[in-house]
Amino acid sequence: MKLELRGITKRFGPLVANDHIDLTVEASQVHALLGENGAGKTTLMNQLYGLQHPDEGQILLDGRPVSFSRPADAIAAGIGMVHQHFMLVPVFTVAENVTLGVEPVHRFAGLLDRRRARREVHRLSQEYHLDVDPDAIVETLPVGLQQRVEIIKVLLRRANLLILDEPTAVLTPGETEELFAIMRSLKASGHSIVFITHKLKEVQAIADTVTVLRAGRVVGSLPPTAKDEELASMMVGHSVELTVSKQPATPGEVVLAVDDLVIEGKEGTRAVDGVSFELRAGEILGVAGVQGNGQTELCEALMGLRHVGAGSVRVSGRDLTNARTREVLHAGVGYIPEDRQGDGLVGDFTVAENLVLDTYDRPPYSRAFSLALGTVERSARKFVAEFDVRAQSADELVRTLSGGNQQKVILARELSRPLALLIASQPTRGLDIGSVEYMHRRIVEERDKGTAVLIVSSELDEIYALADRIVVMFEGRIVGVRTPAVSRAELGLLMAGADTGTAAGAAAP
Amino acid sequence: MSVVAATRRRVATLDRRTVAGAFFAALGALDILGFGLGAHAGDAVFRFSVGGESAHVPDLSLPAGTTAIVLGSLSVALGALYAGWQLGRTARRVVIAAVMALFILALLCWVDAGNSPLNIVGLLQSSLTRSIPLVLGAMSGLLGERAAVINIAIEGQLLIGAFAAAVAASAAGMLWLGLISGSLAGGLIGVLLAVFAIRYLVDQIVLGVVLNVFVLGLTGYLYDRALVPYQTTLNSPGVYGTIRVPGLADIPIIGPIFFDSNVFLYITYAVLLLVQVGVFHTRWGLRVRAVGEHPVAAETVGIRVIYTRYRQLVLGGLIAGIGGAYLTIGSVGAFGKGMSSGQGYIALAAMIFGRWTPFGAVGAALLFGFASALQNILSILGAPIPSDILLMTPYLVVILVVAGLVGRVRMPAADGKPYIKS
Repeated sequence: MKLELRGITKRFGPLVANDHIDLTVEASQVHALLGENGAGKTTLMNQLYGLQHPDEGQILLDGRPVSFSRPADAIAAGIGMVHQHFMLVPVFTVAENVTLGVEPVHRFAGLLDRRRARREVHRLSQEYHLDVDPDAIVETLPVGLQQRVEIIKVLLRRANLLILDEPTAVLTPGETEELFAIMRSLKASGHSIVFITHKLKEVQAIADTVTVLRAGRVVGSLPPTAKDEELASMMVGHSVELTVSKQPATPGEVVLAVDDLVIEGKEGTRAVDGVSFELRAGEILGVAGVQGNGQTELCEALMGLRHVGAGSVRVSGRDLTNARTREVLHAGVGYIPEDRQGDGLVGDFTVAENLVLDTYDRPPYSRAFSLALGTVERSARKFVAEFDVRAQSADELVRTLSGGNQQKVILARELSRPLALLIASQPTRGLDIGSVEYMHRRIVEERDKGTAVLIVSSELDEIYALADRIVVMFEGRIVGVRTPAVSRAELGLLMAGADTGTAAGAAAP
Repeated sequence: MSVVAATRRRVATLDRRTVAGAFFAALGALDILGFGLGAHAGDAVFRFSVGGESAHVPDLSLPAGTTAIVLGSLSVALGALYAGWQLGRTARRVVIAAVMALFILALLCWVDAGNSPLNIVGLLQSSLTRSIPLVLGAMSGLLGERAAVINIAIEGQLLIGAFAAAVAASAAGMLWLGLISGSLAGGLIGVLLAVFAIRYLVDQIVLGVVLNVFVLGLTGYLYDRALVPYQTTLNSPGVYGTIRVPGLADIPIIGPIFFDSNVFLYITYAVLLLVQVGVFHTRWGLRVRAVGEHPVAAETVGIRVIYTRYRQLVLGGLIAGIGGAYLTIGSVGAFGKGMSSGQGYIALAAMIFGRWTPFGAVGAALLFGFASALQNILSILGAPIPSDILLMTPYLVVILVVAGLVGRVRMPAADGKPYIKS
């Protein structure tokens, strides 16, 4: 089935989510729709699926104009959508979920024909090698299998065009490979696929054509053989340096001194077991390690969020061991927590309120008995502009922003006061390229202003991009201190706990 | 962490088993010490016929004290069994049901010792008819909550149904018109609930309570102003007569209980069957449940979520309205102020105890109906202890049943959450 979109425009208030989008998807093709979060990909597909209605423009299927007022219309026209967040009823069986809305029934009294439902699922599962048990309860299945249930659901409705909305976001690398195999077999049997993503490597691996969206517009089409840099710069709108350019560090005074730190973990274990290091002004220390090796506990202890069992923490010479979090903040420590929605933001507060979460108790935001709401408002507008937070206004609830914009709010808040030390835990997890680049750039700028920066990341790319020095944590200990010249292989071995023969211990530059 | 959680769960189950077993044994001890050793002289006589059956079942006469001791000993044994062995699900249920039955039997022996014969069939018959409004109310709640709208307004639906049925049947002189009017009045409350909950997103709990208070006030006012002065024309509807199901009604014991009642009991059977089959075995029910569990998913496969919720609430209201009509034209024969007296809330409780399933709700409703009938009988027989005290036992047992038997209660995932279409 050939799909054409002509001049699709969708506005939400003053925001133009889709601005005259033209797009053609040929039959038996995987057409990748590449764009940052908030570029308008999902909005576009929701209109194609009848969940939202275009303000202007036309949708053509095989040359005939169509108009969908409900998903049912789109389904009837042969369009199927696999949503980013699965549309499955957790307590139903696979067969019930798949047939929901098109249930086979006995001719007598409209009773459900469960046997036929099961048979249909089984047939499709075999035909496309999906390997799904029709009787399994959906909530008991791993994410990868749930996604296949969604695919069967779409196939059962005889969809010729499948829309996959960021299908790999929730998958492990192995599951992603399996998904690609399924996509190839679908393509071979004549299905067209719209593949929404912001991951360049996946586009190159599976797509036949790539269309790039940015800020609601089509900015171009490319063959999938295009280079990373080419795709990325088109997506972001300016040339992207996938590696941040930075000058060599000029370390100054010791800002953070951690000495023989011990933190209790679960059931008498030690989450952090005798960690010592120093961090100087104007340098970035990268803490590498597989997640769950004590990094989270370390950061929380530094912030006064977790009890320190033994050892000491000093910031700019002040002893902050087991200090209250407010004292730590007032000592000039900024914190970007790994769980941005849980620990970094209050989702039901506005952007402006979130921006003063750790400074509201001091001037200029606080007067004798009340908040200076005007000042909060004004400075929020300033930060929203300065950090390019894509929100309709500073009064928008943070919960409604994309992950990248939420992280920008946190970053803006933390950098809004003079810092001696910035602690950032997994600062770019789940963000798109543009946001990653932005975060990295701001972090390096902060370093250049003379702030000491501690980065915890399980992504080696991020460690290499930012760190002036690297420590590796394994089972609560620092098992290696390296310069960024270290090979990936060696870091990988250290992270896996292999003894590389080099003494671990105090990390001096 | 999951290992820890699993261990903790196992410990909890063990504790729960021991506590439940000990409770059963304690009930047994009460049977022995209280009802057995403390029995009055004389036999307890149980009657099993209401007259009119073709086959006669003889009365059962038991020595009260000895019987209670035997029943109590059985209870203690079952308690030990429950605590000591890891029983299967079905076995656990059987044990709990048995302990409850033994306790009630012992209680009846004690109460009836040396007294006039106690009519067991009458007791059960009365339990069943008393549970009619509860069952119909519970179905109303269930239809709403399966589509994720909480219906606290069952109480109001019953009351307005009772009122409308009485007035319409008296004014028109036709009972069937009362039945239909009662149903429609309940449906109207369903419409109000739907409009405010779905269209205007009013908090469903608050809304339901407000509707109940509204109906209470409205019917109370109209009762004082219209029904009292014009009693003969507006509040003398009469009562549906009993219909004997030919053949079935002649079965000893079972016949008089299940097949010798007025039209409301048969309507209840039909509604129950339709709801059970409808919710779990039809396309209609699957879609309703999908709306209650994951409305967005339902919408994406073309199910109209908002429409479904409206329909469910109105349907529920129509059913609860019939339950209300029973209160006047099926039972008492006249409307009284606030006559639903909390039965709507009990119906809601029955639905929750019944885990949002029709048969479960009926089980709970029967239990409540039995408790109510028992209280009645006890006060007639002049039980030597305050009947209020005795009456707490069934509710205690209900809590235990829910805690120990039903296990994890899982309500529809989207229950009470309004659906806002993007």
